[in-house]
Amino acid sequence: MKITLDADKCCAAGQCVLIAPEVFDQRDEDGVVVLLDAEPPAGAHDAVREAAAICPAAVIEVDV
Amino acid sequence: MTGLPIAVVGASAAGLAAAEALRRFGWRGPLTLIGDEPHLPYDRPPLSKQLLHGAWTPEKLLLRTAEQLARLDLDLRLGTRATGLDVAGRALTLDGGVGVSPLAQGRERRRPLRRRDHCDRCRGPYPARRRPHRRSAHPAHPRRRAGPARPAGQGGTPGSEGVAAGGGGRRLVIVGNGVLGCEAAAVARELGHEVTLVGIEATPMAAAVGTEVGELLAEEHRARGVRLLTGAVDGFETAPADPAGGGDMAAADDLPGAAPQVTAVRLADGCRLPADLVLLAIGSRPAVDWLDDPALDTSDGLRCDAYCAAAPGVYAAGDVARWDHPVHGRPLRFEHRMNATEQGMAAARNLLAELAAEASGPARAEDAAAAGAEDAGPAPERRPFAPVPYFWSDQYAVKIQAYGLTAGADRVETTVLDRAARRALALYGRDGSAVGVLAAGLPPRQVRALRAVIAAPLPWEEARERIAAATAAG
Repeated sequence: MKITLDADKCCAAGQCVLIAPEVFDQRDEDGVVVLLDAEPPAGAHDAVREAAAICPAAVIEVDV
Repeated sequence: MTGLPIAVVGASAAGLAAAEALRRFGWRGPLTLIGDEPHLPYDRPPLSKQLLHGAWTPEKLLLRTAEQLARLDLDLRLGTRATGLDVAGRALTLDGGVGVSPLAQGRERRRPLRRRDHCDRCRGPYPARRRPHRRSAHPAHPRRRAGPARPAGQGGTPGSEGVAAGGGGRRLVIVGNGVLGCEAAAVARELGHEVTLVGIEATPMAAAVGTEVGELLAEEHRARGVRLLTGAVDGFETAPADPAGGGDMAAADDLPGAAPQVTAVRLADGCRLPADLVLLAIGSRPAVDWLDDPALDTSDGLRCDAYCAAAPGVYAAGDVARWDHPVHGRPLRFEHRMNATEQGMAAARNLLAELAAEASGPARAEDAAAAGAEDAGPAPERRPFAPVPYFWSDQYAVKIQAYGLTAGADRVETTVLDRAARRALALYGRDGSAVGVLAAGLPPRQVRALRAVIAAPLPWEEARERIAAATAAG
């Protein structure tokens, strides 16, 4: 799995961090998403897919 | 296969989320996604923010690329309107548009046949977005509906047209002082336009966030030079279009080329507001008029149970759905972006669970091998849809985020943390419980912590203490 972000579109809802905190974080100053692990281990894949699906700004792209 | 497709009506956030979830949760059967606009699924919140500002081109609004959509193997019907639903027969009627087979056009309604080549037979779900209700024709711009996907510099969309273009300095009157109107006012001021925001609320956004948070934001708007008025609009004054320079108004998608140019907005109290542009942000009504089957309750959106089901095999999600929120114990309907996605996914999951249960019944054994989702593992149970509601708004440099219920509160406690910086925290109560929380200008970690506090209604004092703790920590 490889994750790419279009962070420019991020609306700082923080849902990705709630769902997959080991993969995503938010910048303190404006809440914009930060990618902690672009190629997370298999155990995190479901959560990452969930985060990508739920992101209200369609920021997260997952390449399987 | 049964041959019956799952049809999703509404090709925006909720419909797309439902279609994707159906595939992700194992639906291999035919899947039709129907949208009345000609565009690929696109996002709405940026319309009153980045697109209006001119910072984004319309292409950036697209929720998925054509390639990503292709992977879903959809029967994608854009520019197509659903005009009727026969609930008992599970037959959907479409009208006009691209790619509709002749059998599906008009008002034909027939019992579903077990063939796959007629698109007017469907099973739910039924996620649909509202269509903005156009109470007013010209000369104002309907919002939350993008026009042709052209770069802003080449004519833009109804949303960006005339605001992003022209380098500022125009007289803009925004009618409607709710969240959308306030966002548009902020963008227009940043672009240097002369902005008047007029609406029926005494304090902007008070219905959504309460009077104190509304007043805090009103202070920011005034400080930025927005003229805030309370009043009802009585009408518009227009002048004949300037054939050489009338492009702004004529570009709106439903206006003829010779549409008159707006010159002023008249208020009920007799006040006259000169205007070069008018933006309507007066809210919307769910597009349920076409759902005239008496089996459906469409008194305020499409009424659903806790599983987002409006009828057997018919589910709803997004702005249109009014469902029994199991935690808040009453029917709710949200026009929030996050809800569209979450509910689309929930409706998809529950529909598949219903189909699996149907297929495993003895009378439907024939369907069991053909249900399309039989390889999705053990049949899932339907689950009540119990989200923590969330919305955000961006105005100037202020970001507002709210969890739970903030509208309809009978008690609000607002703590202004820093008036000049517009930092605030508000707690919303109803019937003795705390049900919602709002943060303006708080760091993301604290905002996330608030979600857990308000995930379910809790005693007021306990909520106050927990929120104080959550916002005191780093």
